[in-house]
Amino acid sequence: MSTVQQFRTGDTPLPEVIILTHKLTREYDMGSELVRALRGVSVQIRQNEYVAVMGPSGSGKSTLMNLVGCLDTPTSGEYWLNGQKVSDLADDELARIRNKEIGFVFQTFNLLPRADALHNVELPLIYAGVAARQRRDRAAQALQRVGLGDRMEHKPNELSGGQRQRVAIARALVNEPSILLADEPTGNLDSTTSTEIMGVFAELHRQGQTVVMVTHEHDIAAHAARVITLRDGLVATDQRQAA
Amino acid sequence: MHFLEAFRLAIQTIRAQKLKSGFSLLGVFIGVASLIGAWSIANGVNRYMTEKFAQTIFGVNTFQLRRRPIFTPNVPDSVWRAWQRRPRIRFSDAEAVEAGISVPVMTAWQSSDNVTVAFGSKEARDVELTAASERYFDIKNLRIATGRAFTGEENRSGVPVVVLGEAVAKRLFIDRPPLGRNVRIGGIPYRVIGVVEHQGSLMGFPLDRFVVVPALSPAQNLVNPPGILDAFLVKANSEGEMREAMSEAEGIMRSRRHLRPQQDNNFVLDTSEGVQRFWAGISRILMIVMPGIVIVSLVIGGIVIMNIMLMAVAERTREIGLRKSLGARRRDVLQQFLAESTAIAAVGAAFGIVAGILLTVLINAVSPLPASISPTSVLLGVIMGAGVGVVAGVYPATRAARLDPIAALRQE
Repeated sequence: MSTVQQFRTGDTPLPEVIILTHKLTREYDMGSELVRALRGVSVQIRQNEYVAVMGPSGSGKSTLMNLVGCLDTPTSGEYWLNGQKVSDLADDELARIRNKEIGFVFQTFNLLPRADALHNVELPLIYAGVAARQRRDRAAQALQRVGLGDRMEHKPNELSGGQRQRVAIARALVNEPSILLADEPTGNLDSTTSTEIMGVFAELHRQGQTVVMVTHEHDIAAHAARVITLRDGLVATDQRQAA
Repeated sequence: MHFLEAFRLAIQTIRAQKLKSGFSLLGVFIGVASLIGAWSIANGVNRYMTEKFAQTIFGVNTFQLRRRPIFTPNVPDSVWRAWQRRPRIRFSDAEAVEAGISVPVMTAWQSSDNVTVAFGSKEARDVELTAASERYFDIKNLRIATGRAFTGEENRSGVPVVVLGEAVAKRLFIDRPPLGRNVRIGGIPYRVIGVVEHQGSLMGFPLDRFVVVPALSPAQNLVNPPGILDAFLVKANSEGEMREAMSEAEGIMRSRRHLRPQQDNNFVLDTSEGVQRFWAGISRILMIVMPGIVIVSLVIGGIVIMNIMLMAVAERTREIGLRKSLGARRRDVLQQFLAESTAIAAVGAAFGIVAGILLTVLINAVSPLPASISPTSVLLGVIMGAGVGVVAGVYPATRAARLDPIAALRQE
């Protein structure tokens, strides 16, 4: 097991460290009271790790997920993603980071209902400015990678839950992001399909993909090689386990 | 994201929601269609009035010495009675004016009334009989289709020859050649020597139901008492010369009628200006009222589109959140919704243009009102339609662009 870098403000993360948070805090001003959702989270995730983030509701795991996903900015602390300090970037730069570095997989799939699978997978490439022909090729490849090469022209309502989540995974992968960020990816699936989706994640991890997954289910978290548990806005445990 | 991409996306959404989009583009559709339709009518009537109407009645650079104006819209009874009390124009007035004008002009006498013209047992009723001198054809630009016009000699000697309008020739002779035949005008026999080219119609009135005979021929008694004219026509070579001839004619007539300086003319020197001034007044009103209607419908169209877009933003909050999470910048989202509202408006404007053109064609086909499409109105329709789309889209699109992706994604 590699040693963890003793990170100080002003340092630069090691090249193999994809995600580094340093004393990350996030506070919400709810008018009458200040909610401290994160109270100084320092985590390092290396390339090709498979990490599950757990914790009860209110532990701050959603907040951490939003920050890691560059959907939100921290109140204080640093966040480095793939060698770039992203904690103080502006809105449009964050949009670019989300597009290039992060592949989201949501609990509710979030596919465009009127678009077919291929177009849904194409979406990130549109915002990356990829030309139309190339987009189609790459989207088709991504769909083949998740085993949906024969369902490209199907709309979401013509697909099963597992197939929908596969489309969403293909969409997350299509721009070759640094991390695959999944938020309760099996929350809307039955156990058989959940196992199937976990199989897809395991295969992607085996191919070298860095995977971060937020879940509250222990048997799902068991698929990950490392489990970080949050409690009251702080890291409670950080354990490696045999896959 | 490329703008073209945003536009393609917009078209996809519009096609997916045909009914909703149909309603939302109705306002712009009506606005643009009415803009083009109303403009076409104004444009057509305007051209008609200035080019055809005025010239058919008067001729270019032509004035008429008359007892009262030829075109008399909305004249009170008192004025009308005063006109009726005026002395009439006499042959001697026409001769004196002709002799006194120093610029080169072409002149003609004219008196008209409605009569019945007969050939054998066939009759043409309500035919305008004009007793005129030989230059009348040139001044009125009446070209002879077959045969010839009468000569100055024939006019002075009062030979009973007649030139027929096309409709009269058709009515009396159908397919047979009319030349050399004798027709009866108010019972007086006349020999046909020519037929005038087809003249068409003017605001729905046919222009081919007339006959022209020499001013001094026997039928003159059917139109006016002896020695009296309806009008003395004077055509100059240019507008400047026409004005000069008019002031000379005015002086001659005033002295002939012994008018003192403070007395008004008891005759008129009528030109197409009167008609045109009257029409200009109407078209000015039209040009003020019409943009009002158009602006109101475009504003309503804009409000409808804005509402639809606000609904679309609310309905598609989750989609916006998703797009943002996938890397859409504010600008991309803004562009997407702006393109959508602009596309809706542009489609509405396109349909509006087609409808406006069809309306114009329809008006031309079924009504005597002349209408002609003005390219300016089409261009304006496009610009205003798209403009409404952009303006109506700005607020909803800005709201969409400002959505917080986390909140948007969480929305059910």
